[in-house]
Amino acid sequence: MINLTSLPILSVITLLPLLGMALVLLLRGEKAMKSAALLASLLTFVVSLALWFGWQTGEAGMQFMESMPWAPELGIHYTVGVDGISMPLVLLTTLLLPLVLLFSWDTVRDKQKTYLALMLLLETAMIGVFVALDLVLFFVFFEASLIPMYFLIGRWGGPRRVYAALKFFIFTAFGSAFLLAGILALGYLYQQQTGVWSFNVLDMVGLGLPANVQTVLFFAFLLAFAIKVPLFPFHTWLPDAHVEAPTGGSVILAGILLKMGTYGFVRFSLPLFPEPSQRFAPLLAILAIVGILYGALVALAQKDVKKLVAYSSVAHLGFVTLGIFALQQESLSGAVLQMVNHGLSTGALFLLVGFLYERRHTRQLDDFGGLWKLMPIYAGFALITFMSSAGLPGLNGFVGEFTILVGAMKSNILFAVLGTLGIILAAWYLLWAFAKIFQGPNANSANASLKDLNLREVVIMVPLVILFIVIGLYPNLFLSKINPSTQLVVDQLSNPSAITQHYQAQMVSAVELVER
Amino acid sequence: MLNYSWLIFIPPLAALLLNLFFGRRYGPRVASFLGAAAVGLSFLVAVAIFFGLRALPMEERSVEVLLWDWIHIGQFRPDFALLIDPLSVLMALVVTGVGFLIHVYAVEYMKQDDEHHALDVRRYVRFFVYVNFFIIAMLILVLGNNLVMLYVGWEGVGLASYLLIGFWFHRPAARDAGNKAFIVNRIGDFGLALAIMLIFRQLMLAGAGEQAGSLAFYAIFDVIESNPAALMGIAVAASLLLLLAATGKSAQIPLWVWLPDAMEGPTPVSALIHAATMVTAGVYMVVRMSPLFELATVAGSNVMLVVAWVGGLTALMGATIALTKTDLKRILAYSTVSQLGFMFLAVGVGSYVAGMFHLTTHAFFKACLFLGAGAVMHALHGELDINKMGGLKEKMRSTYWTFLIAAAALAGFPLTAGFFSKDAVLVADFEAGQYLLYAVGLFTALLTAIYAFKMVFVVFWGQPRDRKLFEHAHEQPRLMTWPLWILAFLAIFGGLLNLPFVSSLEHWIEPIYHMGPVGAAPHPSVALEIILLTLSALTALVGIYLAYYFYVKNPGVTDRLRERMALLHRVAANGYYFDATYDAIRRGLWATARFFADVVDQGGIDAAVNGVARGAGWLGERTRRVQTGLVGSYALTMFVGLVILLAYFLVSSVLN
Repeated sequence: MINLTSLPILSVITLLPLLGMALVLLLRGEKAMKSAALLASLLTFVVSLALWFGWQTGEAGMQFMESMPWAPELGIHYTVGVDGISMPLVLLTTLLLPLVLLFSWDTVRDKQKTYLALMLLLETAMIGVFVALDLVLFFVFFEASLIPMYFLIGRWGGPRRVYAALKFFIFTAFGSAFLLAGILALGYLYQQQTGVWSFNVLDMVGLGLPANVQTVLFFAFLLAFAIKVPLFPFHTWLPDAHVEAPTGGSVILAGILLKMGTYGFVRFSLPLFPEPSQRFAPLLAILAIVGILYGALVALAQKDVKKLVAYSSVAHLGFVTLGIFALQQESLSGAVLQMVNHGLSTGALFLLVGFLYERRHTRQLDDFGGLWKLMPIYAGFALITFMSSAGLPGLNGFVGEFTILVGAMKSNILFAVLGTLGIILAAWYLLWAFAKIFQGPNANSANASLKDLNLREVVIMVPLVILFIVIGLYPNLFLSKINPSTQLVVDQLSNPSAITQHYQAQMVSAVELVER
Repeated sequence: MLNYSWLIFIPPLAALLLNLFFGRRYGPRVASFLGAAAVGLSFLVAVAIFFGLRALPMEERSVEVLLWDWIHIGQFRPDFALLIDPLSVLMALVVTGVGFLIHVYAVEYMKQDDEHHALDVRRYVRFFVYVNFFIIAMLILVLGNNLVMLYVGWEGVGLASYLLIGFWFHRPAARDAGNKAFIVNRIGDFGLALAIMLIFRQLMLAGAGEQAGSLAFYAIFDVIESNPAALMGIAVAASLLLLLAATGKSAQIPLWVWLPDAMEGPTPVSALIHAATMVTAGVYMVVRMSPLFELATVAGSNVMLVVAWVGGLTALMGATIALTKTDLKRILAYSTVSQLGFMFLAVGVGSYVAGMFHLTTHAFFKACLFLGAGAVMHALHGELDINKMGGLKEKMRSTYWTFLIAAAALAGFPLTAGFFSKDAVLVADFEAGQYLLYAVGLFTALLTAIYAFKMVFVVFWGQPRDRKLFEHAHEQPRLMTWPLWILAFLAIFGGLLNLPFVSSLEHWIEPIYHMGPVGAAPHPSVALEIILLTLSALTALVGIYLAYYFYVKNPGVTDRLRERMALLHRVAANGYYFDATYDAIRRGLWATARFFADVVDQGGIDAAVNGVARGAGWLGERTRRVQTGLVGSYALTMFVGLVILLAYFLVSSVLN
């Protein structure tokens, strides 16, 4: 039996897509490039399953840790590791990428080489974000993910792609500037206190900074993450980016990139700045709730399906944020699970919109109607996806939303009441869209010749649908791995020293890793 | 043996999966056989469970069967587990039993589409997939051992209902009715979800421990019994939220508006989901959670009485609307609303047995009425306006007789099942000292008898009003009439379940009340019970005579009556303007949504964002030289800047 934990699995997962990219750049021939990219992403997924099967359930701290010096004089290391919070997100990333590449197989015909290379580069950056434990390393990946997405939107997007890409880039880069300043300040403060440099998040925890310093840094981090999520009122880049982005870009953007924000809240904001996290939690919960209701209402008024899904993301990510800042274990685990759920469901929604767009080159609700009869398989997949997104019990979305609301109820009754209103609205805009596309008479003769999903498209949808059902019926499969880590985060809010000891014990072993 | 109760789910699940994936391959005959036989098998399992449970001593008749651990986070620990007790078994028997008969009927009925052409295979198979899914969801609802599982079933049947109402999805009316049902029900679900969370919160605040974190019914009742103070604070709020949920699913005031529209679904669906089973889920839930409702009543606010009044008013209003309608299925729909009100009328005064009794008999006779209406509809090419019917008695003998029997049960004709169960409801209210509610109930019973026999007289008696339709009319195939006869039989003899003074159903259900702080009402004196029984009988007979007088003897008199009571008629015919009110709210929300999307989002927030960007751009005009206008170079600049910054820190720290 190979001891999985002794292999540098995280590095392999992070770098495999990069290798794939190199291969794509070297190869000629459309088919060869596409196959190479798909294989690289599939291989990455298969290797990442080692995390799942080698997981030590019950362990709250980091697993599969690796550490190498990078700029050791500054305390900057290449330190990676995953816990129950980041591991599911890594798997989500490695799962979605092959699906997206499979979607792009026939649909991206222009500058394929660059497209594939950018996608794989993006995968490396996204995995890097979720595994990095060194703040500088995290920031590098965080920024690195911007650039490929910028080009994906700007080059392969719709008519207003340049505007949308620019808006996306500048908006998020604006937040990142604050994040960078915050990171540098943290490193400096650490050096001031301990005499040595470090940017390792495990070291930073329990630093015991004065409350006012914590508050300043909290907001610096918060701005970057809030824009990324996006939290109301920083959300207006999202609909533009989604509407203009190519389908693959939308899937990745909604499925994974947005989670970097909510992940940042859990990984950095809560553990590093426990004092302001608790003090300002109600404020953030309220912003999250505004996002839930506002996103849902605005979604209701949309005529473009993609925009509707984009605003639904604002609402859904509002649920995740609410779960995080309800500061209860139920809601925090729910939020982590809901990040995965949203990635699956909204990813699937964007894929479905993409299937239709490829056929009809329109996304206007008014152009459709009665498609159920013409495309029954497509309608079936759409139905289950819409229901997953609407939080129907028995499917994945329910587990996340419900546990988030349970936690919210524990922290404040009003939060739960308002949040739960969001599930009424969610049913409304989703059913409205479903009815416009699939039900009623077929009002448009241009739709008459629409073909149902082909095998490739079915293959893309099946894994997602299976996960909807598995997570809905047996969420403990995931929760048992998530819970210990969220427990640690919640405990640490009230008792910072406990987590410090836990992490420092881990750091000792990480240091041993370095020395080996 | 009860540990194998989960077997009840296997046949419909297997049929669903087989039909979903292979239905089109092996065709409609096999698909419909599988679909119907599966529910029959489930019924047999339910019977086995019943006998298994009955074999146990009374105080042990609640068995929990853990299927798998479900959602465990912190203190929140609901499982996928079943609760086998007299109440859940009764519900399972009704659901699978009546469900089986309706499935058999549908095998024949669904061969035609909504325009009476042969239904294509794909849709025919899909129908059975949906109804099997409904059976599974409904069984989860009634057999789940905790509130969260109840919620799963609750929304699951909602999905089934949505899909089946919108089964003819190409028709805008069906599409809109399905959406309305789902969204109105979600308003109710909002109440259920909040109630569950509120109960959980309070249990944890009270330190009720891990057992209570499962939210299992009996775990909650244990807390209520051993430490009533624990949930006292939220009992009123939680039970009102549960009531909101019940008004959604069981079509009570104020959320009843979706049910009449739900008649857009195929008739077997109306019979199964929108009359016999799903709509009774609210009654089941209130009975199931009765300890909480009683606790709320102990806590000082008489929530139970609110339940009873919601039921009473709904019963009365439903019956008055039914009187004004001429669409056969709509009459039955409003009748269902009204009869569900009767059930709440009983439950609200603490007579759960009467409520469950009426639930059961109603499932029999209302399913029979709906299926009869479906037979008439088929015979008349989809015509539903009773003013175009008449004289069908001779042409459709089985349909006529079974419809007559079921209508008699609905009217409370003496010695039918409906007579005994409705009387039980009325007696319960009288006994509880709620004389006004009793009067409302009795008056509603009178109206019920009138509209029940109005249907019989107008549809089946007299001369045909539309010759052409009449010529086409014919009796339906046996596969459709058999279920009618079985249901008609049950509509007569179903009363044997709980005859006065025998009370077998009462003895069966009784063990579940040990939990509640309020005991069941004491039995009335024999003399009083006989007087009330006679009064019920007289009411039914008078109502039937009035129907005969209005619709057979003096057909013109109704017109004069309508003129005399024009205002009342208009209000009732418009459903007391509930729909109009909701429509106004809906339009208001749309307008709000559009306002937020166009004005706030685009005109406000986004404009502000772009304004900031323009401001920056204006500043940029001054430093134009460094601007190349290429976004890529901005990116490069940022990256370079980042590197310089890092380098600066690196160098300065090394130098230090």
